[in-house]
Amino acid sequence: MLMTNLEHVESAAHHKEVLENNENVMICCGRMGPMCIPVYISMEELREEYPNVKFMDMEFDHPEAYVIRNAPECSGFMGLPFTMYYKNGKVVKATTSIQSKDQIVNILNEVF
Amino acid sequence: MHTQEQFDLIILGGGAAGLTAGIYASRAKLSTLILNEGMVGGQMILTYEIANYPGYENISGYQLSMSMKKQAETFGCVIKQNITIDQLDIQGEIKSVKLSNGNVYTSKAIILATGGSSRNLNVKGEDEFKGRGISYCATCDGDFYTGQDIIVVGGGNSALEEAVSLTKYAKTVTIVHQFDYFQAFEHAVEMAQKNEKISFILNSTITGFHGDEKLKYVEIKNLKTDEISKKEIDGVFIFIGYAANTSKLKSHIAINQYGEIITDETMATNVPGVFAAGDVRAKKIRQIATAVSDGAIAAVSAIEYVQK
Repeated sequence: MLMTNLEHVESAAHHKEVLENNENVMICCGRMGPMCIPVYISMEELREEYPNVKFMDMEFDHPEAYVIRNAPECSGFMGLPFTMYYKNGKVVKATTSIQSKDQIVNILNEVF
Repeated sequence: MHTQEQFDLIILGGGAAGLTAGIYASRAKLSTLILNEGMVGGQMILTYEIANYPGYENISGYQLSMSMKKQAETFGCVIKQNITIDQLDIQGEIKSVKLSNGNVYTSKAIILATGGSSRNLNVKGEDEFKGRGISYCATCDGDFYTGQDIIVVGGGNSALEEAVSLTKYAKTVTIVHQFDYFQAFEHAVEMAQKNEKISFILNSTITGFHGDEKLKYVEIKNLKTDEISKKEIDGVFIFIGYAANTSKLKSHIAINQYGEIITDETMATNVPGVFAAGDVRAKKIRQIATAVSDGAIAAVSAIEYVQK
């Protein structure tokens, strides 16, 4: 269980539902580790600034996190967290490993 | 609209030293502001598990950071994180910090506790393969390399201890180090040397990372012969120490040849009303416990300075 203040993606079905019902979605898939926590905190802080984006996380070791772990866009990823940006249900950007708040903001501005 | 606010004390940096200073100063009724360019917690928040901080047998860096932050806020300390400092003026009686959003904060005293950052090799391909074969966290990413061949770069305690821990996953671990001796404690060197999965390439450094969507091989330069060889590899973990975060401070304050701030035992710098604490200052032992000690001393010195 991720101890964050973000909404959690609970299953593959939930993941599908979130993408169907939201135009812009950012999901950080990780653990409670030092490379992941700064990304969760940045997302929590950015929620107010980007009300048009749904910010969520997903436990990397959840069996149904394969929806992110096995995504073609994550091929070659070897560093947590895997962070996905979806627009109208399609992946428009994916990053691996820690990202600074500035890097996240740049991506949000670029893809949404 | 831009804000201009005045405090008794501004602390730059919200790691263990900065947060401790915030706790002490706020509790002494100084109006205190902590400004932190990244996440509050500093290097501490990037530590998976802390087992040597007194009072906690085992605690995550995140939990300890949040606990210190909450304690500082309880005493009234104002904390702003993820800000960018645009301009500093700390020479005069009134110290001033301008942020990139235009807000200006002034104070009678300032504590510089900006900490340190992990060093990068700064060679070709390092940014490109971050998370695609290059990692800075063995606990986070070690299991991606199960049954694979990896390199650990460095010769300090972190490098050798993490190399040993990575043998739980990796088929082989090669330690690449620039000298023919190690800076690590003897017991860490011994543990690495005894491990059958670990081999060493000494007097050498990595000069390039290559691959396609994943890292495939590295170039290794022998620093004695200048000979460059290629080594196919699945992953590289880099642990080559920390550098003091003084890029925005060094034109304002006395620093040593390593870019660290010089202080006396009261944490005072060469500028009146300016103190430094934690990993940013010149000292030998960099631990959370020593950062906390620095923070407490710097806060008491700043309190005395403000109240005199």
